[in-house]
Amino acid sequence: MAALTCESLSKTYRVPERDPGLWNAARSLVRRRHREVEAVREVSFSVEPGEIVGFLGPNGAGKTTALKMLSGLLNPTSGRARVLGFEPFRRQREFLRQITLVMGNRNQLVWDLPVADSFERNRAIYRLEAGDFRRTVDELTELLELGELLRKPVRNLSLGERMKCEIAVALLHRPRVLFLDEPTLGLDVTMQRRIRAFVAGHNRASGATVLLTSHYMADVEALCERVVVIHHGQLLFDGALSELVRRFSPHKTIVVDLEREDPGLAAFGDDVRVDGSRATLTVPKAEAAQVTARLLAELPVADLTVAEPPIEEVIEQVFRQQAAAPGPGP
Amino acid sequence: MIAAFANVYRTLFGLELAALFQYRAAMAIWLLGLMLQPLIHLVVWLTVAASKGGRVGDFDSGALAGYFLAVMFVNHVTFTWHMFEMGWRVRSGFYNSILVQPLHPWHRDVLQNAAYKVLTLAVVGPALALLAWYFEPRLDPPLWAALAFAPVLALAFLLRFLFEWAVGLLAFWITDTSGLNALYLGLGMVLMGGLAPLSLLPGWLEAAASYSPFRWMLAFPVELILGRLTPDQAVNGVLAQGAWLAAGAAVIHFGWSRASARYGAVGN
Repeated sequence: MAALTCESLSKTYRVPERDPGLWNAARSLVRRRHREVEAVREVSFSVEPGEIVGFLGPNGAGKTTALKMLSGLLNPTSGRARVLGFEPFRRQREFLRQITLVMGNRNQLVWDLPVADSFERNRAIYRLEAGDFRRTVDELTELLELGELLRKPVRNLSLGERMKCEIAVALLHRPRVLFLDEPTLGLDVTMQRRIRAFVAGHNRASGATVLLTSHYMADVEALCERVVVIHHGQLLFDGALSELVRRFSPHKTIVVDLEREDPGLAAFGDDVRVDGSRATLTVPKAEAAQVTARLLAELPVADLTVAEPPIEEVIEQVFRQQAAAPGPGP
Repeated sequence: MIAAFANVYRTLFGLELAALFQYRAAMAIWLLGLMLQPLIHLVVWLTVAASKGGRVGDFDSGALAGYFLAVMFVNHVTFTWHMFEMGWRVRSGFYNSILVQPLHPWHRDVLQNAAYKVLTLAVVGPALALLAWYFEPRLDPPLWAALAFAPVLALAFLLRFLFEWAVGLLAFWITDTSGLNALYLGLGMVLMGGLAPLSLLPGWLEAAASYSPFRWMLAFPVELILGRLTPDQAVNGVLAQGAWLAAGAAVIHFGWSRASARYGAVGN
């Protein structure tokens, strides 16, 4: 049985709107105008137990709305969601005990108290056995370097410190399904790497299912073999990350270091960026081998690498194609 | 099951107390405001009584002092602020973190309220003793009324809590409920007997208070401890508290699922 499934899941918000200015503000007292915004439209996918799936899309694509529906915060307008066999919106205690939702403005910590007190509160709320709780706290403390922070009041923590503690408190009950919405936002590179390592380790050790949104493609590349891409609330792609790259990026990137600058580079394609003796060429996939051979034969090449374009560019390409040809994707 | 729940309550209660210790000055100012209002009413009514030969209705100065000092105490034990808090939680998206935890928000609010009351009673108690020494209130409860006071007060707390929580649920529909809350509190304080003893109000208003839940939140326990009720009136009052409690619980039971279904979960 899938850990989570969405079937034609949709969410429409009714948003009040008015034109700017005092007169329009006064008019809106009498006559209210509303607009229907379809944040998520007929999205269907499922995630198997133990999978880590990247949930990608630009700002406003509907990712967070979908996560909120799957974690039980929002009631879907139509369609159906099941997580661990539960209907999320019913928010049954057994369901909530097995999931966690980590969002950008995390606020599970008690603002005025030391971090350790927030841990203690979650121990009580999730009814964690003392031994398990202690072991998890020790593990998280070591991994996220929380030692000094545990006795500090939350309000005195820096943003990065608070983020670490928020992530730790959300994982104390060792959830079976993790909804992670930008979990590394605000963290430095080292800490991002540690969070990724923890999520991967937790996934390996417990078989937890993870649905992750992140604008840091390093998170996605490190953790997710599969990605689900949505845009304007609609599903554009659901499949392996490598398939996403293959399908949406018809180009390869060739980076070539020359022994000396050579004006002949311009003849190797339309998209050639030269920076001193280094050049980056973007060429159609089908021509990559031929161009590489010509470069090696005709120019004084010191070093040469052929790579898929960065995942950020692939995602951009997905959205550009969607903008050019609106409508449901593959 | 009960032991686990007791552990949740014990832990959260302790943490709520600890959080309250952080803002002692703010708490002292809140307390001052809370005690000042009935004190002002007392002084006004004593002045009115003095201008009318020492009595207003069936209240002389000692009875008026007893009434308003009892109001001060009962109001302190029973008042809640969660209507305002719930509105803020909806507007700010703070419910996002509360609703994904396996504990109904109701428990959190009860404990927060109880912790505040326990802590602040340590200040309110001596302050009341000082005021009692100065104003010489008269309280003549028979033994049965004195014994019944604590359970009646507990029911009054629950009743006020339930109704104000139910009003707070409207925040899921109209988002900014501050005006509604002010209306509720303004009307409520009159019908509760917070501004004046209900017997001093026009007959129709006193009757309205008796048919509303408000009387049983404040005036009823106050009249009980003053010794102004017969045993029959006390029993009827407890029955009225029970009936309104059942109504309030039903509103919350059905209202909460509908309210939370409307939650927009703003913020991310």
